[in-house]
Amino acid sequence: MKLKLRIWRQSDAAAKGKMVAYELDDVSEDASFLEMLDVLNERLIGEGDDPVAFDHDCREGICGSCSLVIDGQPHGPQGATTTCQLHMRKFKDGDSIDIEPWRAGAFPVIKDLVVDRSAFDRIIQAGGYISAPTGTAPDAHAAPIPKQDADAAFSAAACIGCGACVAACPNGSGMLFMAAKVAHLGLVPQGQPERATRVLGMVAAHDQAGFGGCTNAGECAAACPKEIGLDVIGRLNRDFRKAATRAA
Amino acid sequence: MSIDYFREGEPVADAKAPAGPINERWEKRRFSGRLVNPANRRKLRVIVVGTGLAGASAAATLGELGYRVANYCFQDSARRAHSIAAQGGINAAKNYRNDGDSVHRLFYDTVKGGDFRSRESNVHRLAEVSTEIIDQCVAQGVPFAREYGGLLDNRSFGGAQVSRTFYARGQTGQQLLLGAYQALQRQVAAGTVDLHTRHEMLELVIVDGKARGIIVRDLVTGEISTELADAVVLATGGYGNVYFLSTNAMGCNVTAGWRAHRKGAYFANPCYTQIHPTCIPQSGEHQSKLTLMSESLRNDGRVWVPKAKGDDRHPADIPEAERDYYLERRYPAFGNLVPRDIASRAAKIVCDEGHGVGPGGLGVYLDFADAIARLGKPAVEAKYGNLFDMYERITGENPYERPMRIYPAVHYTMGGLWVDYDLSSNIPGLFVSGEANFSDHGANRLGASALMQGLSDGYFVLPNTISDYLADGPFEALDESHEAVRAARQAVDDRIAFFLGNEGDRTVDSFHRELGKIMWEYCGMERTDEGLRKAIGLIRDLKAEFYKRVKVTGKAEGLNQELEKAGRVADFFELGELMCIDALHRTESCGGHFRAESQTEDGEAKRDDEHFSYVAAWEYGEDAPVLHKESLVFEYVKPTQRSYK
Amino acid sequence: MAVSGVLMVLFIVAHMAGNLHIFEGREEMNAYAAGLRSFGEPLLPHESLLWVLRIGLVASIVVHIWTALVLTARAHRARPVKYAHRHKSRGESPNAFYVMRWGGIVIVLFVVWHLLDLTWRTVNPVKDIHDAYGAVVATFDPSRWPVTVFYLLALVALGFHLRHGIWSAVQTIAGPDTKWRKRTQAIALAVAVVIVVGFAVVPLSVTFGLVE
Ligand SMILES: Cc1cc2nc3c(=O)[nH]c(=O)nc-3n(C[C@H](O)[C@H](O)[C@H](O)COP(=O)(O)OP(=O)(O)OC[C@H]3O[C@@H](n4cnc5c(N)ncnc54)[C@H](O)[C@@H]3O)c2cc1C
Ligand code: HEM
Ligand code: HEM
Ligand code: SF4
Ligand code: F3S
Ligand code: FES
Repeated sequence: MKLKLRIWRQSDAAAKGKMVAYELDDVSEDASFLEMLDVLNERLIGEGDDPVAFDHDCREGICGSCSLVIDGQPHGPQGATTTCQLHMRKFKDGDSIDIEPWRAGAFPVIKDLVVDRSAFDRIIQAGGYISAPTGTAPDAHAAPIPKQDADAAFSAAACIGCGACVAACPNGSGMLFMAAKVAHLGLVPQGQPERATRVLGMVAAHDQAGFGGCTNAGECAAACPKEIGLDVIGRLNRDFRKAATRAA
Repeated sequence: MSIDYFREGEPVADAKAPAGPINERWEKRRFSGRLVNPANRRKLRVIVVGTGLAGASAAATLGELGYRVANYCFQDSARRAHSIAAQGGINAAKNYRNDGDSVHRLFYDTVKGGDFRSRESNVHRLAEVSTEIIDQCVAQGVPFAREYGGLLDNRSFGGAQVSRTFYARGQTGQQLLLGAYQALQRQVAAGTVDLHTRHEMLELVIVDGKARGIIVRDLVTGEISTELADAVVLATGGYGNVYFLSTNAMGCNVTAGWRAHRKGAYFANPCYTQIHPTCIPQSGEHQSKLTLMSESLRNDGRVWVPKAKGDDRHPADIPEAERDYYLERRYPAFGNLVPRDIASRAAKIVCDEGHGVGPGGLGVYLDFADAIARLGKPAVEAKYGNLFDMYERITGENPYERPMRIYPAVHYTMGGLWVDYDLSSNIPGLFVSGEANFSDHGANRLGASALMQGLSDGYFVLPNTISDYLADGPFEALDESHEAVRAARQAVDDRIAFFLGNEGDRTVDSFHRELGKIMWEYCGMERTDEGLRKAIGLIRDLKAEFYKRVKVTGKAEGLNQELEKAGRVADFFELGELMCIDALHRTESCGGHFRAESQTEDGEAKRDDEHFSYVAAWEYGEDAPVLHKESLVFEYVKPTQRSYK
Repeated sequence: MAVSGVLMVLFIVAHMAGNLHIFEGREEMNAYAAGLRSFGEPLLPHESLLWVLRIGLVASIVVHIWTALVLTARAHRARPVKYAHRHKSRGESPNAFYVMRWGGIVIVLFVVWHLLDLTWRTVNPVKDIHDAYGAVVATFDPSRWPVTVFYLLALVALGFHLRHGIWSAVQTIAGPDTKWRKRTQAIALAVAVVIVVGFAVVPLSVTFGLVE
């Protein structure tokens, strides 16, 4: 099929980029969205142009590298699907497609469609873990966990740290990402001792990193490829209120 | 064997594994190994390259112990290391099911599964440590699947007859890696680990015969810098991408390992490649990678092809009588659960005979109709829902209604840098862990045992063994002016300058694709003397053309993904050639390495223990590689012809 | 934000209820208005209750607008570059962000006019502050239909504001699980509708002569 693309080109962090138009012929509808970009890049290199830079690695929807805003939707039109898992059969011959990077103050553009998401790592450093030094662990069966809790913890832990929630949030908030981790660790017994310090630390790091505040706009959950729900934000709010009042 | 391909050198041996009863060796080694007192640890710097299961667990644990750790990965976050993609599960000899499992059985299964080409001591240690891994991960909050009683669930996986595989839905690797990643971030916050993401190691620095540092490129700024230390750990993963199409992530590469190999580190068993039987078939030329469908699907799915050649009816229209459930037919005892190498070759055979389904007849059916009838759709959905969704996204077909089409794909590389029992390479101070080393899987890796090995190496083995080496440190101070350091750095600059300066007209990918086709054709599921010799010629020609015609756009400063790829593909050429030479010299069949010349009358792999019961450790040589043999002794598991009938 | 919002919700509900006295006729309505003023007399000074309300209310509005401005400013810093292709809302609370920001502004404008109109009577023909009834009837006189239309528009804005606002406040304060979140959203919608209708009947019935 034929496509008209408009892609954000920005040579480096300092440069001020712009949308650039490209036409692409005979794209296979079995190709993935990123394979479509591979084809474009092969052509650009052939013509001596700089290929479009974009993050990607596993191309299986699990590493969280790929990060394209397609026609205004982070990860594109298909629900619960990462960019790398999006396939061209979702588009029609002759479509024009706009491709932009995640837009967030906390995610500055490095080049073209590649952004710096290290702010997420800093949020985790601020408490997104359970302190369990190697070798100190009791037997795995020491603390049984009700299946519902284990499953709920897993669903929250399924977050791939892609940042689509931030890209979708009108407030540029990292709330869903942060809340998913708070919920995961708060749902397992091993996570209880650090529950209060964790939520306080992570929220502080989140605000510090320049993410916006959450006003429950709910766009994040709709964009999340792993279907993390707004309930984790509720949990975070609850934990935060408890922790904050105890601290005060 | 024709001298022009390689020379044979002195044998090597693993000097570190203690003698004595196998179940006491690890204990013994830990006791005999020297310790570093906590005050001195702060004076010792360790570089860990890689943040996958093997790297992150090692970096975090070394940091906890008080060493000063520098940790590197090329992804934008440590959490994105390729380990994240592992689906099926991780083995551990917990015997929670009381179904007769034990450390010894896991040890036995792994040695046998490796087709008697791995070291008994290493494998036994792996089986011992496996139980601690599960405890450690649960303590970190890894949300393993659980039963209604709240206890951990297990499943049988990858050719095991006991249920010893722990899993977290279809995302086990992700959950284990996030556990290690979070432990790592905790150390970063504590200041014991400085983590450098989007950095690629391009050279190893060796001073006075010791590994003392690495040269890295900051992938964002393009800046080249030097990191010096008392020891270097490579946990840089597998090299399956030499085949271009594989289930590995796009960035997986051999550069770190290959640079070390060129500096003298032995590369062991490069030809041992695992071809995974259950992957989604290629759909066209645009294909950039192949997607694995977790092996756990084989627990409930039945593999079949139409009995009639080229039968292109809709699978539902093909009556039972006209279907060939070839795995169940050929391997009654294990049926659809035979080990990967066996299942893959069986699929290749039926497709070569013309029974294959889908584009190009390169596919077989994996059918869930029976499972859905037996367990009900909800149960099947609960177990495999996310995998079925993934399949539908990629193929546009609904596996609840139409059997999946699967075909084997390159998945894992058992070969890697040679290491001894301490995970030390033959270069003092250079340690190698995880998929990057060759250690524990012999000629074929059993399902759910790579995660086990990565974490065993990183959490429990390396932090213990490395102290014996570091006890001699800190080694004499170094700075960038040292001529060995300058030379290493110069080599990196020259290489980058070459690629950017080359007046070429062909893209890096086009070369990588072509190399991959050669490797898959001649060094894939079935290898022959003639084919391998041909491949070596083709690779050499293609490599020459690569250096003449490769075109790399952009500049050295700043993010340049083409430049990154060029360096990796350049190393793949040299690795690919060595793989073919290794495959050529090993005229037996074993595990993932199937030589058409060496098979039983009913087409099974035929080992030649008399001549090939050794590890092939290759030393780099400008003219030709040098083969060092490490002979394998089996005191506990007597080699037998593997049979899963 | 949530707290001030909730306080205002309470006021609004009371206020709406109060307004409905109008259907009991001039005397009752004015008596009620007077009652509000003389509440607790002679123990408490004149209009004390009303002043308590007013102070609480003004405080809420100030806090509310202030936090609104802070959040908005933060949002701008957190998304310095806008998307070239406008993001289509797919969330549970469609376009909540814009509804809240723009709706809020409409509400401010409305309240200002409303005070000039029915509290201070600056723009109202009936200057006798003891005749709230007359004032209301006068302000929604068919001849002044644009006023009525403006009131109705403001009510719609308020309705949307509350539809998101109420569950948003609950989500912020209580953090319900999915089941309860869905319920809160339904309740919020119901409350919003009741309030809009409850308010709207007054101007409408005046304009269409059900009340003179
Ligand atoms: C699709 C798939 C499914 C799998 N499923 C299972 C399973 O169910 N069970 C199981 O046991 N095994 C499974 N495996 C195998 C297993 O996942 C891997 O073998 C294992 O995770 C490898 O871990 P690692 O830490 O050794 O390497 P990786 O996780 O690959 O990490 C490599 C690290 O090294 C870094 N790196 C590499 N080169 C450089 C360089 N030059 N400079 C700087 N950094 C570098 C990378 O950034 C990365 O951080 C699966 C593999 C695949 C591909
Ligand atoms: C005075 C003018 C007003 C302005 C400028 C304003 C603005 C806002 C804004 C910007 C928010 C953002 C938070 C969000 O998006 O959820 C908000 C929330 C809210 N508003 Fe208002 N608003 C006004 C009046 C009111 C009134 C009169 C009420 C009640 C009758 C009200 C009730 C609420 C509630 C309940 C919330 C939700 C608080 C939360 O999200 O926790 N607002 N308002
Ligand atoms: C459309 C229907 C409405 C009618 C008929 C109405 C009527 C009145 C009347 C008669 C008064 C004067 C009370 C008195 O001074 O005795 C008043 C005051 C007031 N109204 Fe309304 N109102 C309406 C809607 C609203 C809305 C939607 C809001 C808020 C968003 C609002 C906010 C106020 C405020 C803040 C006051 C001042 C209260 C005080 O004196 O302290 N009104 N209203
Ligand atoms: S919450 Fe969802 S959208 Fe946000 S980072 Fe995690 S996976 Fe991505
Ligand atoms: S979209 Fe943004 S406002 Fe909160 S609910 Fe999601 S983070
Ligand atoms: S590339 Fe890994 S999630 Fe898309």
